[in-house]
Amino acid sequence: MPSVGHNVPRKEGAAKVTGSALYIDDLRFPGMLYGRTIRSSVPCGTVTRVDLDFDAAGFTVVEDRDIPGRNVIALIEDDQPCLVQREIRHAEEPILLLAHEDREQLLQAQVRIGVKPTTPVFDPRASTRVFKEITIAKGELRAGFAAADAIVEGEYRTGHQEHIYIEPQGVIAVPDDGGIIVYGSLQCPYYVHRALMVLLGLPAEKVRVVQTETGGGFGGKEEYPSMIAGHAALLALKSGRPVKIVYDRVEDMLATTKRHPSIVRHRTGVTRDGRLTAIEIDVLLDGGAYCTLSPVVLSRGCIHATGPYRCDNVRVHGRVVMTNTPPNGAFRGFGAPQTLFAAEVHMERIAEQLGLDPVRVREVNALRPGDTTATGQKLGGDASALDVLREAVQRTDFDRRRRELAGTRRGIGLSLVFHGAGFTGGGEVKLASKAALELTPDGVRIRVASTEIGQGTRTMHAQIVADALGIPYEHVEVAAVDTAEVPDSGPTVASRTCMVVGRILEQAALEMKKKLRGLAPRDYLRQHGPLTITKQYEKPAEIEWSDETYRGDAYGAYAWGCNVAEVEVDPVTYEVRPVRLTAVAEIGKAIHPVLARGQIEGGTAQGLGFALLERVDLRDGRMSNAQLTNYIVPTTLDTPPMDVAILESPYAHGPHGAKGVGELPMDGPAPAVVNALRSLGLDLREVPALPERIVELVPEGASLPLGSLAGVAAATTGGTATGKAGGEAGGTSASPAGEKAGAKPGAKSGAKRGAKAGGKSGGKTGGKPGSKAGSTAAAKPSAARKSGPKKK
Amino acid sequence: MRFTLNGKPVDVDAHPLRRLLDVLREECGLTGTKEGCGEGECGACTVLLDGQPVNSCLLPFAQARGASVQTIEGITAGRERDGDALHRLHPLQEAFVTEGGAQCGICTPGMVMAAAALPAGATLEQIREGLAGNLCRCTGYEGIYRAVQKAQLAVADAPTKGKAARRAAAPRKSPARAGAKRS
Repeated sequence: MPSVGHNVPRKEGAAKVTGSALYIDDLRFPGMLYGRTIRSSVPCGTVTRVDLDFDAAGFTVVEDRDIPGRNVIALIEDDQPCLVQREIRHAEEPILLLAHEDREQLLQAQVRIGVKPTTPVFDPRASTRVFKEITIAKGELRAGFAAADAIVEGEYRTGHQEHIYIEPQGVIAVPDDGGIIVYGSLQCPYYVHRALMVLLGLPAEKVRVVQTETGGGFGGKEEYPSMIAGHAALLALKSGRPVKIVYDRVEDMLATTKRHPSIVRHRTGVTRDGRLTAIEIDVLLDGGAYCTLSPVVLSRGCIHATGPYRCDNVRVHGRVVMTNTPPNGAFRGFGAPQTLFAAEVHMERIAEQLGLDPVRVREVNALRPGDTTATGQKLGGDASALDVLREAVQRTDFDRRRRELAGTRRGIGLSLVFHGAGFTGGGEVKLASKAALELTPDGVRIRVASTEIGQGTRTMHAQIVADALGIPYEHVEVAAVDTAEVPDSGPTVASRTCMVVGRILEQAALEMKKKLRGLAPRDYLRQHGPLTITKQYEKPAEIEWSDETYRGDAYGAYAWGCNVAEVEVDPVTYEVRPVRLTAVAEIGKAIHPVLARGQIEGGTAQGLGFALLERVDLRDGRMSNAQLTNYIVPTTLDTPPMDVAILESPYAHGPHGAKGVGELPMDGPAPAVVNALRSLGLDLREVPALPERIVELVPEGASLPLGSLAGVAAATTGGTATGKAGGEAGGTSASPAGEKAGAKPGAKSGAKRGAKAGGKSGGKTGGKPGSKAGSTAAAKPSAARKSGPKKK
Repeated sequence: MRFTLNGKPVDVDAHPLRRLLDVLREECGLTGTKEGCGEGECGACTVLLDGQPVNSCLLPFAQARGASVQTIEGITAGRERDGDALHRLHPLQEAFVTEGGAQCGICTPGMVMAAAALPAGATLEQIREGLAGNLCRCTGYEGIYRAVQKAQLAVADAPTKGKAARRAAAPRKSPARAGAKRS
């Protein structure tokens, strides 16, 4: 029986629910010491002296001089030291390492760090140190703006976000015959492997990295484990004993990477009926103190910056710069949630300025099969922007609901997003990932470095392999992730584990099936001996990319998503309560529907936290709320019922048509929530949408909902809408349609705008494939569609 | 100090002010109970103390004197432990696997224990309230609700099989203790 598309039991399911799955903190080794990191506490300066204010007997102390190889965390730029020698660039820089067998004594040890402070830079706009700059150009911007009836401008911001995997970072390093074995909670064993080779000056075979069961990653365990593994390994090599370092929650929140804060500016030329004629975008990301993965985060952010829309004339310019804060890094979505937030709130503002319906303006511009993206990538038949939009509008009865809610403290908003799966551009070719299958008496064993971090890697891979070989799912084993045993199938990031690695495994399985010639595995082994098939990533012939020009096929495939959020604002506290969330995702193929749905629901909840709750409060470059008490992630009571719909439009080079699903769900919730708040007249352009921000948008004596934002000039962060024909200067607004819809009270404007857009843009797009949209959107919800929220 | 651990009387020598979490994990070798935050916010360390869910990271060992402590191992051990045989798990555990209630699994033991303390036939609102002290960063809680609801149905539908589950689902009343969940 085929297993793909069915909800087979997840491989490690029983171990996880019985508590027998072993996470890093569950392991102990004989003679093991505990390690501790002594950090700078000032954000910028030079170390003048280090004094140990404790009796060092029984302690292992490691300083930068003890590093046998190069003092760097090898990644993209090799600019980050493993231990600071002199220069301090952020307040959590590791300076000294201690280890002791008794945790109490270890924690009591006092170290004084003498520092000569210098002036830090915290504002990315003031930073002169640029880690990476990217420009994407398409068409003629000048001509595009010339063809516009109106120009809409705005600035949008997102803050840091902390991963809050429930298992903090941790490793155990064990000295082993002149080499080192590191066990740890991590996403990318070969990143750690390479970083340790460089740091310790060891050959590949002397470094072994073993993943333990990992309690969540979300990108947070992509690059940081190389740092903590380096620390534990240095202590282990010096002491000659196993060393465990497991961060407590506070240290984890203070020192590890976070999502890059962003400031994104949009300037867009639009025609009266909402067609985009020119898009100019400036992306600024705060990289923190070291480069880490910032160049690639910026790259993904810039490629997604236009949103899933077509436009012939585009210029995206992006920079990621240094500040004296702990380095920012990978976090689910990897730059795209930031730029898509800006794109989708901006699209809402375009609709407001033109007096168009928010659904209609998206329909007019949504990328369709055959359209080209900002990088010139021609989309295949699986481009599903319109499908997800229509499904979401229909499921929520969006237009009617918006009219119903007008005049209440409830708002409804939507967002349309896309997310490229796999490494950006030529990344997959450079990775050249390998995956292996080994014949066992009962079936086959998968050997990949792709990690299970909650998303169901082992299960999903086993399903793909089982079906390709035509054997039962139960006969497929998955080898433990151990660099001594598994080939490098690339990092477990970028929504690539199913689409890219799954595909390589599928190819390996098909080749194995040929070799078997119908023999049962046991018989083959008896007759021919052991059989292992290793396959490497092969680039589909039609994918072309140039890193020099930033033109071409940025990703093999995109997943598409539409979120609808309904929210209610408390009239007294201005707290925002999400009432209902709808997530429609087109992901090619759900290999395991329960797992895929879990990705969507979980990512949506994280997106909701990003939108409404999660604020990293930095004071002097240090996180002042590094505790779960005051950095708030969604609880059961903050997470509304979700209605999830999975659509499948297969990708030719994905296993069974699958694309990526992991990151897409993170992209849409924040703009949908903010757009819902905008429907209440709140001119919000920033997340998290905390009560203290909302209250500032409510004029003295006014109450919610405020008047409609249609046609209202930017009041807050400097965005403007300028009627091109009107000739006004200085940022005052003129509604290009000549209709000052904004002057009217919010209660009525929804209906008014809806009617108008229906007549106008509906008629305009009449003959095109998009023409059905008007009627689809207006369709009545069936009982089945309403059942979503009831399931809960 | 004497107390009952997963139904068996035990005598454990540990400082009365040590966290119950550490005593369970390090002295009793029961590592199924996890530490997520150490400050009573995430609920990964939830165990049942006299049937009530508590954050074992906030509870001094002294408070366990004479009490009955149940951990994830206890809820499993009542049935045959077998990695592959889902049907031998507690109905809650089984449903957490099949309904996507567990992803990375680190919050799962605490979540299962908190769910085990819910009243039989709990409504969705009661489930949300009852689990509000347990953070999950993977699932958005939807899979957890489905799992708890399915397990409750399974218990209601299968009187013999569900006996142990019902016992777990019906906490004995006990006075509030330090470390008791806020929700």
